[in-house]
Parts: sequence; structure tokens; C-alpha cells
Amino acid sequence: MSNRWHDIRYTRYEFMIDANRKGEVWVFAEQHGGRLEDTPLELMSKARKLADTLGVKLAAALLGDKVKPLAKKLVQCGADKVYLADHPLLGQYQTNSYAKVMYDLIHKHEPQIVLYGATVAGRDLAPRIASAAKAGLTADCTDLQIGDHTAAKDNKVHKNLLFQIRPAFGGNIVATIINLDRWPQMATVREGVMPMPQGDTSRKGRIIEEAVELSLEHLPLEILDEHKRPKKVDLKAARIIVAGGAGVGSKDNFRLVWDLANCLGGAPAATRAAVDLGFIDHDHQVGQTGTTVRPSLYIAVGISGAIQHQAGMAQSQKIVAINNDPDAPIFQVAHYKILGDLNEIVPLMIKTIKGKAP
Amino acid sequence: MAYKCVVLIKQVPDTKRITGDVMNDDGTVKRSALPAIFNPEDLNALETALEIKDRFGGHITVITMGLPAAAAILRESLYRGADDAILITDRRCAASDTLATSYILSRAVKKLDYDIVLCGRQAIDGDTAQVGPQLAEKLGITQITYVEQLIELSGNRITAQRNIGNGWQQVKAELPVLLTVIGEANEPRVAAAKKMMKYKKASTPIEISEKIKAENPKADAAEIAELIKLRSKSLEEKGLLIKQWSLDHVEADLSWCGMSGSPTKVHRIQSVVLAAKESKDVEPTPDGIADMIHELIEEKTIA
Repeated sequence: MSNRWHDIRYTRYEFMIDANRKGEVWVFAEQHGGRLEDTPLELMSKARKLADTLGVKLAAALLGDKVKPLAKKLVQCGADKVYLADHPLLGQYQTNSYAKVMYDLIHKHEPQIVLYGATVAGRDLAPRIASAAKAGLTADCTDLQIGDHTAAKDNKVHKNLLFQIRPAFGGNIVATIINLDRWPQMATVREGVMPMPQGDTSRKGRIIEEAVELSLEHLPLEILDEHKRPKKVDLKAARIIVAGGAGVGSKDNFRLVWDLANCLGGAPAATRAAVDLGFIDHDHQVGQTGTTVRPSLYIAVGISGAIQHQAGMAQSQKIVAINNDPDAPIFQVAHYKILGDLNEIVPLMIKTIKGKAP
Repeated sequence: MAYKCVVLIKQVPDTKRITGDVMNDDGTVKRSALPAIFNPEDLNALETALEIKDRFGGHITVITMGLPAAAAILRESLYRGADDAILITDRRCAASDTLATSYILSRAVKKLDYDIVLCGRQAIDGDTAQVGPQLAEKLGITQITYVEQLIELSGNRITAQRNIGNGWQQVKAELPVLLTVIGEANEPRVAAAKKMMKYKKASTPIEISEKIKAENPKADAAEIAELIKLRSKSLEEKGLLIKQWSLDHVEADLSWCGMSGSPTKVHRIQSVVLAAKESKDVEPTPDGIADMIHELIEEKTIA
């Protein structure tokens, strides 16, 4: 059947690359307005380990307009090389222009692994590239490893594959996904699940300036307006988090969570249930559909501990759980289990902490 | 100007209702033990298409790929105002990952005339958000993902507002486009009683065949075939035949479908057993709390 829009469609790029076992490990160095996103930087520490295990170089793909100064930071965070695609038409992220440049770079250099942050842009871009390259892509990974896989059908051992580890089915299972031969092996990685590298100012790396071929057909979007809404709280940066669940009971009673957080110099947070009940803003939500955190101390107040919530906080160094239900799943991950009424325990904790203050 | 919309929908297990009872011992999920529902964000995509149709007129085709039982969500779409429904069902679709799925869907969409293709941002069984963009690439059209509001549609230009996580962005594009719609975009309408009356008998050929066989247990194969033919014809005349397409209908290259078309494979599945850590019971008394706080200060967890 004919389609009346057929004529105006732009050129598509389709290629498949061979599995290149000597290929590099790449991280898409997402930046907006000359500022690198956190997620690709968090990814660098893990990507560094993957590259070392494989004995190959780690490279960052940096796209943008006048973004060369960002290359240094990428090298400090672990990159051996930075492929720099600097062009006025790359000033603002847009799917097709970024996808075109990434296709060209991947086609030219044949990396074996390409990783993206599971940000809005990363999740917009990576599937577009995977579709054109006919390569595999795994979304929202929480861990990456290198390992061997024995194929069930012929017992053939595939060595040194990228294990792409992600929660599935609402966080109830963890699946390890592999891609045997339709490379590059690509994955997006969740924000906040990997620690931000310290950065080593003595590290040296190469910056390779790449030619960019773009025309207006690669810019089908006109970006009219953009409005940034700063987050009300930076949970990822908080050393101490006090989180409340539906068990706190009401928005008024949520004051207890705020007070305990305040006297510890921590950040208030919540489960999805508490957010849905209107106790606190979504920016404070921890869990599968909120922020993933790994603070030194996580105090769970009236939180039963659904698997979706645990997915976002189980990596906290110390967990204190306060709940009146002895069977609450949160107790399975807690270091300190306090069985009792939060309305008595939280004020008691506040009083004790204030009493200890110098 | 009226617009032709194609909405891609998926029937998914209701992952919010997972309990220990629906997990197999090997850590996999018994899909059959969970209620099958209309993927929530696909309802938002359908609602966006219905709003377009309400304002500008046009035509809405809904497509799903799945088991024969997925016809249920196609009927749900007809109850809400879709005009046409297509079920892609074929055993050879099994084990398709997002890439193979997007290929098969692209073959189906290419058979239709369309201005706007709509998908939910992601499905709750996988949460990948990949099929929309992968499909847009295969169709060779512009994508606008994370749509939270349709601002304007005029001639062959569309303006939409995207939720970019830490804010919003308004973009304008020429049709045709593919939109992926998020849950905050709208409040999906409920089924209309009148349409429900009209479409509750809408059936796929598989459903017709099963029904006839159940109604005529003693009939032989030739009689059954004749009855199916008659029933299908009568439903088609009333506009109640849900189209059923196989991979042959959409002229798909089988090497890009199902297992062979899927680059990603499962290496291992583990159920989430969060290991019991070294833990302490703290008495809910002033002494119990004081001891705990003291320990946390000693080890410098609390500054």
C-alpha cells in the first residue's frame, strides 16, 4: 500500500558489524549544555574494569558543540581515549543527529561494547542505534560483568561476553542477558547504581577529533522551548537518608521523617506508596521507579520493603528498619531491626541524637 | 485535517501483583498465574490517539503482537473508540526480543497508511522502552519519546512536550512521527457502554473457530469449516471481525523474527533473594536506641 509521506523520509543507516573481539569498550559521554551527566561518569569506573578484564582500551564517545574541555574529565575518570565529535549541529541533543554520528563512529572503530546511561536521552538514542545496527541492546542494567557462556544447543563455549545484568518483572527476578555475536554488545545502565569515580588528575589519555558529517535531514526536530526543573532533593549525594513508607500514616505524621533527617543532617525520602499517598514529592522517591541510593546510613520508617523499594536501597552500607510488623520484608535487609511503634521510636531517636550532640 | 493513527499495544502480566506463589523454583515467573492486563502506558497512547480523533477526525488502528488471548485488549480498544484492530499472532514470533519485535511490528505498520504511530513509553513486564525507538528507526520516521502533552497538531506539523526527567522540552516535527507516551500524559477514558454492546462479539478467526468447535462437538471437520466460514462472513459484514495476521501476512523475513532474529539471549535468571545480613534486634526502649546510636557514632556512620 502506498504511503503519502513516503517521499519525505530521510536516509536510513543500516549496517551490521562483525563481532570484533579486539574492539574497545565505549561509553557514550552524554552531556547537555557543556555539562557531563552523572550516569556516564558513574559508568566509567565499571567500564574501566571491563576493559582491563578484556585487555582492551576504554574510550568515551563525546558528541556536542565546543565540548573539547570535557574530554579531560573523561580521561581522569578512566578513559584511555576520547573520540570527540564536535560540530555546531550537535549543540543540542536530538535523536537522529546523535544516532547518525554514533553509527558512523561505531562503524568506523568497531567497538565490542558500547554503554549508555539509562537517562531519557540514553534510552531515546541507544535503541535507535541498536535497531540500525541490528545489534542487541539490554535496558536499565544494574551491573555488568565479563563471563563465559555455554550455548545449550551445541555446548559451544562463548568466552568473555558482556554479562548484562538487570532486574525484570518489576524487580522480582534478576536476568543476565548476553549477546553472542550481533555486536557491538550494548546496554543502558541505570542512574546511581555504580559509584562515581574519584577522578585521577595524573591520568593521561588521547583525544581523537572525528570528522562529523551532518545535514539538516538529520535534524528533524525543532526544539522550541526547554524548561529545567531543579530536583527538590539530591538523594544520590546524601550520606544519610531517612525514608518513610505508607506506615507513617499521614502527611502530617511524615514530619517525623523530616525531623529525624534534619537532626542527622540527612535527606528525607519515601517509598512509592508514600509518594502516591501524597505524603511527599516524587523527587524524594527511592526504588525501582525512583532514585537508586547507596548512602552510609538508610533509616526505613514504616516501610514494609517491597522488592521494588529494596531495589533502590539495598546497597546502603547500614540499614535501620523501624516497623511494627515482624514479618515486614525490610527486616531481611536491615542491620538494625527495631520492632515497634514508629511514633514512639522516632521521637526517641531524635531525642537521643540531640542529647549526644556536642 | 483528519489524521490516521496506528497504536501499538501489548498485553502484559500484571507485575504489580507478583507474590511468591507465582514464582517457579528456578526463579522464573509463572506468567499464566498472573492476570493479563492492557499495558498501562499503552492505554495512554490510545487515549492520545482518541483525543486526536475527537478533535480532528481520522481513523485509529490498534495492533498487538501476542498470544491469541491478546484479542482481549483489542476489544478493550474498540470499546474506547478505536476503529480497527489487528492481532499479529504466530508461533514463530515466540522468543522475540525487542529488536525482533520491532521488526515484526514494522512489517505490519508498513502495510497501513499512517500519519502518527503511537506506543506507550514502556511495558511493565520488561520496562525496556526500546520497541518504540527501534520501530521508528525501522520505519525511517522521526521519534518523539517521553511525550507528556500534545501541544498542537496543524497540517503536517506536530508540537509535543516531552518529559526529560529534570524538566520538559517542547519540540516540533513534520509528520509522520512516532510518539511514545508516558503515564502522566492523560487520564485514559473508560470503555463506552454503547461501544461495548457493539463490539463485545468482535472476534479473531481463532476465537471464532474455537467457539464453533465448542458449540458443535459432533460436527465433522468439513462441517466445522463451513460454519466458521459463515460466522466469519457474518461478523465481517457487521465490522466485528478482528484481523489476524501471521508472519506470512506481513511478509516478514523469518530470519529476523523470533529466536533467530533476537541478538539478546538469557544467560541466567535468578529470583531476588536478598541475603540476610548480619543483623541485630534493637529493643524499642531508650537504652536499646541509645546503644544503637552510640554504635553508629562510634563507627562514624553518624558524624
